[in-house]
Amino acid sequence: MAGTGTAHLRDGDAVLRVEDLVVEFPIGRHQTVSAVAGISFDVMPGETLGIVGESGCGKSTTGRAIMQINEPTSGSVVFQGRDLTELSPEELRSARTKIQMIFQDPISSLNPRRKVRDSVKDPLDIWRRGTEQERFDLVDSVLEQVGIDPARAAESRPHEFSGGQCQRISIARSLVLDPTMIICDEPVSALDVSVQAQVLNLLEDLKAKYGLTLIFIAHDLAVVKNISDRVAVMYLGKLCEVADSDDLYARPAHPYTNVLVESIPVPDPEVAVTRAAAIGEPPSPVAPPSGCRFHPRCPNADELCSTTEPEIREIAPAHYVACHHPNVTPVTIGS
Amino acid sequence: MSGQQHSTQLQSDGRVPDGTLLEVTDLTTHFRTERGLVRAVDGVTFSLARGKALGVVGESGSGKTVLSRTIMGLLPSNAVNSGSVRFAGQEVLGLDAKQMRHLWGREMSMIFQNPMVSLNPLMKIGKQIQEPLHIHLGLDGRAARETAEQLLREVHIPEPTKRLDQYPHELSGGMRQRVMIAIAMACGPTLLFADEPTTALDVTVQAQILELIGEQRRERNMSVILVTHDLGVVAGHTDEIAVMYGGRLVEKAPTRELFANMKMPYTKSLMRSIPKLDDPSHTRLLTIPGRPPDLVNPPKGCRFAPRCAYARDKCLQEEPPLVTADTSPDHVYACWYPVGSPEFRERDAEIMATITTGVELGGTR
Repeated sequence: MAGTGTAHLRDGDAVLRVEDLVVEFPIGRHQTVSAVAGISFDVMPGETLGIVGESGCGKSTTGRAIMQINEPTSGSVVFQGRDLTELSPEELRSARTKIQMIFQDPISSLNPRRKVRDSVKDPLDIWRRGTEQERFDLVDSVLEQVGIDPARAAESRPHEFSGGQCQRISIARSLVLDPTMIICDEPVSALDVSVQAQVLNLLEDLKAKYGLTLIFIAHDLAVVKNISDRVAVMYLGKLCEVADSDDLYARPAHPYTNVLVESIPVPDPEVAVTRAAAIGEPPSPVAPPSGCRFHPRCPNADELCSTTEPEIREIAPAHYVACHHPNVTPVTIGS
Repeated sequence: MSGQQHSTQLQSDGRVPDGTLLEVTDLTTHFRTERGLVRAVDGVTFSLARGKALGVVGESGSGKTVLSRTIMGLLPSNAVNSGSVRFAGQEVLGLDAKQMRHLWGREMSMIFQNPMVSLNPLMKIGKQIQEPLHIHLGLDGRAARETAEQLLREVHIPEPTKRLDQYPHELSGGMRQRVMIAIAMACGPTLLFADEPTTALDVTVQAQILELIGEQRRERNMSVILVTHDLGVVAGHTDEIAVMYGGRLVEKAPTRELFANMKMPYTKSLMRSIPKLDDPSHTRLLTIPGRPPDLVNPPKGCRFAPRCAYARDKCLQEEPPLVTADTSPDHVYACWYPVGSPEFRERDAEIMATITTGVELGGTR
């Protein structure tokens, strides 16, 4: 399929390798919308992959499709050598213990009627790991790891905690089964900046301590840059650009990435407000534009862009872009 | 400042000579609850000139939203107020809804964080914009519809004629927020409150909406109070910034002055906790440990002291008054050991040393 391509996939033992992933949803009579329209990416052990894009670009659907919460229409999701799309329900259930997910709204992702310590213990009960005492010991130690007092967690329900604390509790719950990978879907967007910083630091610490691989989905580019090793930019169900975090922000090649970077409000009044962002909103994914899906909003677009979808290609070492007219000319960085 | 005397004069002639639109003096808003009295806004004083934009910044629970709702007169029945809110020379604190109705829409209006919840899902866009036109300006029929269409055009909504007959769910989040702005602008208010207007929106759309609010402000010489937790949002779109913490105003200055010479360790900490694009990835973020204070029992002394890495014994005992900064007469702050003081520098050097050696700071106080 054009516009997608797999040039950016790496050799070696990826923890997760997603190829040509398509997720369609039925809308009305005999109509479908492709929330994810053929994307590929891989994640190496211990790596953090950031996925950024505007609402409706398919970033959350991608996260959910990896977990098989939204069943992929086509494509493969190979996790630790096994294609999750081909597993039986029972095998899938077991494979999912190794991939956990945390969500945007921490308060509503916890059961409001249960004491939070019990909610965190749930996965262990379901999988009958160890004795009751061992389960409680593990839960308490993980709660301490995330900075929640186990004694208070044993007595309190989610509403008695702040948003930031509930997100810590959700993180604890995702950790008790000793996962390989955690998919974080906008985990800090509902939090105040001060609390956001705490949760980001916590994720970094836990990643190091438990040897986790992370997929971090968010719309805030500064947050994604801070936590990610590699970043994938999505637009209307497609990948625009994949590169190492620092490289992507220093040299955004795709005009869309550039718009995203330019739109971030800089906490400095001396920096003039840029107007690069003023090019409207994403079109509906129900009837995506022809050719390159970004062309109606793109400053670099020409005839070619409206007819032919660009293939993803390497324009600098480890820097991949799907664009006919990228913003920088191919350069060789380093050796 | 001789606020009392000054405002009495204003009342007598009914006009504001110096261009001051809003004058808030020693304002408190407390809520009676089962747990006790919640001191959401606790003695706040500031003024705002016509055509200027003020950013009100703070974490959740700092009182920033309650402050704007108090000025608008949009409080639940368990609220208790004291102090004074003068709008265009007239005391508005304590007016009932019937009296406030003359101000709402025409003089003051508000846009909220979540445009989906703020719009009526069962009413066409056009009708929702025409409603205030009808109620406040007496416009009807064709005139109202034409004005509504013009408003949609002003907020840069494509195909305004078609949009008038659409329902909110047919529009994207950014478009809905534009509709909210059109409704807020409908009767030409002199003061606009924007309460986290872009928090629910994408960054690209956020930039456009902030630009739109600025454009409307300049065209109409309207004052704007922009309430947000994001220092990035206020930096480029305000003339002045007020920082709130625990119901108090803790620092206020012209925007450039504030960013150039932050005095409150709280403001500085908020700033430092924002991930910066210029920093390489995996840069350790500085955090503010703990949570905002319980407003039923606010801490003795400086309310930020229990979370402040720079606090000393005095901070925990005595509340610092608002004082004028040496850098600008318009810059006030409430801190015993402000940024730049010898005590601050001494502690800051220690903190920076622990950061660079990788030892986690925070939670010690």
